[in-house]
Amino acid sequence: MSWQIIQQSLPMFQKGFILTLQMSALGILGAIILGLMCSLCQYFKIPVLKQIVGAYIELSRNTPLLIQLFFIYYGLPGIGLKLSAYTCGIIGLIFLGGSYMAEGFSGGFDGIPNSQIESGKAIGLSQGQLTRYVVFPQGFALSIPALAANIIFLIKETSIFTVIAIPELTNTALDLIGLYYHTNEYLLVLVVGYAIILIPLSIILTWLERRIRYGTFGD
Amino acid sequence: MTELLRVEHLNKAYGEVPVLQDISFTVNTGEVQVVLGPSGSGKSTLIRCLNGLEPYQSGTIYFQGQKVDPTPKNWQLLRQKIGMVFQSYDLFPNLNIMDNITLGPIKVQKQSKATAQKEALRLLDTVGLADYTAKFPRELSGGQKQRIAIVRALALHPDFMLFDEVTASLDPEMVRGVLEIMANLAKQKMTMIVVTHEMNFAQQIADNVLFLDDGHILESTPGKDFFTNPQTDRAKEFLQSMDF
Amino acid sequence: MAHSGINLIFEGQNLPRLLGGLWITIRVALIAIIAGGVLGIFLGVLRTFKNRFLRFILRLYLEFFRIVPTVVLLFLFYYILPKSMNLNLPAAEVATLVFTLWMAAEASDIVRGALISVPQHQVDSGLAIGLNRSQLYYYVLIPQSLKLMLPAMMNLISRIIKTTSLLLLISVLDVINVGQQIIEANQKQYPQGAFWVYGVIFVLYFLICYPFSLLAKKLQKD
Repeated sequence: MSWQIIQQSLPMFQKGFILTLQMSALGILGAIILGLMCSLCQYFKIPVLKQIVGAYIELSRNTPLLIQLFFIYYGLPGIGLKLSAYTCGIIGLIFLGGSYMAEGFSGGFDGIPNSQIESGKAIGLSQGQLTRYVVFPQGFALSIPALAANIIFLIKETSIFTVIAIPELTNTALDLIGLYYHTNEYLLVLVVGYAIILIPLSIILTWLERRIRYGTFGD
Repeated sequence: MTELLRVEHLNKAYGEVPVLQDISFTVNTGEVQVVLGPSGSGKSTLIRCLNGLEPYQSGTIYFQGQKVDPTPKNWQLLRQKIGMVFQSYDLFPNLNIMDNITLGPIKVQKQSKATAQKEALRLLDTVGLADYTAKFPRELSGGQKQRIAIVRALALHPDFMLFDEVTASLDPEMVRGVLEIMANLAKQKMTMIVVTHEMNFAQQIADNVLFLDDGHILESTPGKDFFTNPQTDRAKEFLQSMDF
Repeated sequence: MAHSGINLIFEGQNLPRLLGGLWITIRVALIAIIAGGVLGIFLGVLRTFKNRFLRFILRLYLEFFRIVPTVVLLFLFYYILPKSMNLNLPAAEVATLVFTLWMAAEASDIVRGALISVPQHQVDSGLAIGLNRSQLYYYVLIPQSLKLMLPAMMNLISRIIKTTSLLLLISVLDVINVGQQIIEANQKQYPQGAFWVYGVIFVLYFLICYPFSLLAKKLQKD
């Protein structure tokens, strides 16, 4: 293990680190928006859209990101749709993450006790008011732990971007290993890189789960 | 009368909060001790201490004259001699009635399956549930489950029985059947410690009443006197509040 | 002409080769799920014990496998096992080892969660009839928690199967690797080969994983 090798590699890892963060952020944001829209389609049982969303969720959840990426990056140009690796990565992450986020939101909405909905109706709230004042605030709070777990999951999935040669963290490490063979050093930096992003998130997640379980709307 | 159980200076606290303070009493063979007191007075905790489900900080329990060494291993052995029935019955939902009853005799006491099942049937018959062996707990009413729970405890042929508010979560019409079984046990001179809120029943079976308040034993009075002539004002108030 | 591309799949030995690759993928997943599942139940039971040191170590093990992305885990084992332990395993076996340890880590958390959610009353009444600790686990806690852990286990199994797509990265001749070879060998004749081959692999993964997710949903409802 050589400290010097590690130091020399740091600027490159830094680039990969930033790219991982950047793509994660974009992908997660997109996934949350897509997921929320999907879960709303399901919650309000919008005809046709509800079925489409259901099919999308099953397709996305039951296939690996790697093959989704291959299909988008290598397969789609065959039918005339050519996208950059970067765009494919983001699209892939949104396609995968959207379904996980949708299920996270739906879990939250379903977790609201029926008595809450009934009490809302009993004091004369309209469907819109019920959604605005009862379903949304409670549903979001309940879905937060699932969303946080999904965020961690999606950040880890960005490591798969290496297969379409996006120079994020994992790809940087593999490239460096291929060039200089300092396996131990580069793998160490790689693990530390992910740990820096994921350990704080995982601690926040544990804290959130406890808070949601024992507080927030406890009576 | 021979002494079966003696508790001396038992103290228990949850963290800083004392729940039982300086508890001492004796139970003789064949005797029914009823533990009464307002909720939160420590009744359930006390009888849970008596079969080692709750650890205690100090004090000594003597069982059949022997000092109980409160290690988990030792308690596990002793529990075969101490039957306990809980408020929420707690039959094992994954086992049918016969298996619920024979689990202890077969696995703990290493009885043969045939012996254990024969005894289980005999006991089930005494509580009127001999036809229920193949059913699962979820198919039974609360009162039936509680009768099975009593049988499950009796199947180990314990030297004495602990009853922790066993009728508290039953519908009123179910209560009588369960109390009758307990009254029968008392008649057969089973040694019992009973925590209950059923005052009429308590008066009917109690040889002695322990009145607990705020973790202390305020009174230990023979059953025939406690209900008509309690010694302390707290006990009087308690009996009045129970509409007795 | 996209429709002609599908002929690539049925040409010569291509389909049997793809399915052969799929079998390698499935074999890794299957061994990992069974071995990791058994190990996971064992570790999950240990994690409900009071021993703090044991719990800390097992928690550390779990968190390591949770935090480090699976791609990175694969490379860690792939590069480090031969180097520092002098253990030269074929890539597929390295992968099986990684997936087994990962399965065990995640399964241990599911098992622990299910075990501690069996009501305390059940523990009490098991103890009250004199059961010892192993009898308590065997007759009362594990049977009762099975129902609670099954949906999560199904989801975990489906995750393991999906993640076997990463075998490609350490050059295991899995279904995707075979697919790549087919695409490359027929690049001239079938320029849109990638669309169809990856499309078929996409569908194959879906067909394997979908039943598990259906099962998980059904079990959750019961």
